Amino acid sequence: MNEQDRYHVHIEAGASPLSLNLKEVWKYRDLVVLLTKRNFSLIYKQTVLGPLWVVLNPLLTSIVYTVVFGEMAGLSTGGVPKILFYLCSHALWRFFADCLNRNTETFISNARVFGKVYFPRLTVPLSTMLYSGIRFLVEMGLVAVLILWFLFRGEVRPAWALLPVLLPVVAVTGLLGLSMGILISSVTTRYRDLRLLVSFGMQLWMYASPVIYPVSQISGGLWRTVLELNPMTAPMEIFRLCVLGSGTVTVRSVISTVVSFFVIVPVSMMLFNRVERNFIDTV
Amino acid sequence: MVRLFGVDKIYRLGEIGTGMLYRDLQSWIARRQGKPDPNSRIGQEHLRTGETFYALKDIDLTVRKGERLGIIGGNGAGKSTLLKLISRVTSPSAGTIDLYGRVTSMLEVGTGFHSEMTGRENIYLNGAILGMSKKETDEVLEKIIDFSEVREFIDTPVKRYSSGMYVKLGFAVAAHLRSEIVIMDEVLAVGDIAFQQKCIRKMQKAAEEEGRTILYVSHNMSTVRDLCTRCIVLDHGRILYDGNVEDAITFYSDYLLREKGLSRDLSAYERRDRNLTGVCQLRAVTLHEQTVQMGEELAFTALVTAQEFRKGVRIRMMAVTPDGAVVGMTYSDPVDLSPGDTALSCRFSTEPLAAGVYSFDMVLVEYENSVEVRHDFISRALTFCIEENERYFGKPWIPRAWGHVRLARLTVQKESADVVDP
Repeated sequence: MNEQDRYHVHIEAGASPLSLNLKEVWKYRDLVVLLTKRNFSLIYKQTVLGPLWVVLNPLLTSIVYTVVFGEMAGLSTGGVPKILFYLCSHALWRFFADCLNRNTETFISNARVFGKVYFPRLTVPLSTMLYSGIRFLVEMGLVAVLILWFLFRGEVRPAWALLPVLLPVVAVTGLLGLSMGILISSVTTRYRDLRLLVSFGMQLWMYASPVIYPVSQISGGLWRTVLELNPMTAPMEIFRLCVLGSGTVTVRSVISTVVSFFVIVPVSMMLFNRVERNFIDTV
Repeated sequence: MVRLFGVDKIYRLGEIGTGMLYRDLQSWIARRQGKPDPNSRIGQEHLRTGETFYALKDIDLTVRKGERLGIIGGNGAGKSTLLKLISRVTSPSAGTIDLYGRVTSMLEVGTGFHSEMTGRENIYLNGAILGMSKKETDEVLEKIIDFSEVREFIDTPVKRYSSGMYVKLGFAVAAHLRSEIVIMDEVLAVGDIAFQQKCIRKMQKAAEEEGRTILYVSHNMSTVRDLCTRCIVLDHGRILYDGNVEDAITFYSDYLLREKGLSRDLSAYERRDRNLTGVCQLRAVTLHEQTVQMGEELAFTALVTAQEFRKGVRIRMMAVTPDGAVVGMTYSDPVDLSPGDTALSCRFSTEPLAAGVYSFDMVLVEYENSVEVRHDFISRALTFCIEENERYFGKPWIPRAWGHVRLARLTVQKESADVVDP
């Protein structure tokens, strides 16, 4: 096969939105890595403490949560040491929220580059997810240190047998966040006012998810139903069950996560793909 | 090889929406109830009905491997749209495009450069955006740095670069990519002349030795001449001419001349400059003859409308070549204008201008107490042609080598011998 045919690209008007072309994304994998690196270097350049913020930020937030929600409001954490509970919950929630928030402006903030050169646009949200994922891992390192300390004192019992489900749970969380993020970014190319809703919506969503409290604290009624329909409930609870040995996993909540995953991911990819083709004409 | 078949690109006018969800809902509800749309501007209603505009219409084009195609045409002719389609930034409304080979698009130099990152980091990032793997970039890294002439600063963040260095680095990356098709949009216009020449040589070599196909859009005819082997002229989204470079450039100059015509009505001309007073404006300009012999006088009538009495208004004109190069400036004596229309008869000696097609940018200006007040500005108000009636060393005037101005004749006289000898 000669060079010419090897790289043949055929472009047609109105091609199917289903042609996702993941193979092409794979060809650009080095770009994903570089964009991820760029995210890191940009955020911590010209800060005094630099990469230390990756650890400092969740630690400080968790301390605030412990004081405000744990001590002052007296919310129960289901028998788990409070600081550990909040650190863990915050890490996973922030991973999810970052994947979502940071991708909501994929098109608008990259309009200049997208308008000048073609590359698979999906590389940008993927790199954002990777960036958030790495930060999540660092936070988990902090969690691991604390777990060791509490293990030594006998105050926490992780469900070691469940550890293999950890990876799929985290992956589903990330992909769900990414998909919702690009879904919003696809819509915001036309409707910019939706962006303002996002940060507010994410805050509401956090309180409607078992982040600062465990599901076990909500015994029944409407609120419990809402919680179980929330696709983020099952990942949070499974995650804490694995790591801290305390979590309430119900069939209903798992089903709502699985269903949302298989609806939102393909729909968002299709929409993203459709918008990607021509969005530069409308920006 | 690049092949386009029946390609259209349609932009919709006025139907893009308000950009706000609640406004779009508002408009939609109003339309359903048969009420006028609260968000449409008065007089814009017709655009909402989905009026379309062809940026490109039914383009068939085949560029063979190793060919260097120049694309010329006026603003809004569809040149950039064509490049955007081929570089896959946007997709066609109809037709098919086949690209046989990897495409490097240089619609802008240094796309995706980040100011906080060093030159070296940006080379990798830019390379990756243009489709190179890290390994491929590693292989040509040294060549890129050499070519860019910024080796000393390669580990400095690019925000500390001068704009020239920035452009050089950007071009160096793009020029060293392993691709079969290169798309360039006037990127060579920036940077110093020596670097420009170096870029052109590099691209020529790439086409001749590596068989790369080059598509190049420019307003600068001389770079098109230097680089390209074939040239197309675009206007209003159609290909008007396709052939060798010199013929295409001649065709384009003639076309401009015919298109602009003898007389121009400027009452509907869109003045973009916000610093213009608009107190008096050029309403129309009419050339008496569009083609004059070299050295003859060019005569035209300018119709000026003043809203109030103005003292000491002058016409200033810049002569511009079709490539956009400014040749020179001239201005008139001050004229007093009464309210209403005034027809001004104008004459200009073309003596210093070499043969060729020129346009005049026209300014209405007042200069009082060392303050310049600009009333009106019209870009390319007049277009005319100066015909050759002289030969120089047996040749016609060569603008590429000699420019556009015929300087005053050099006088030479033998000096007497006793002055030279001490």
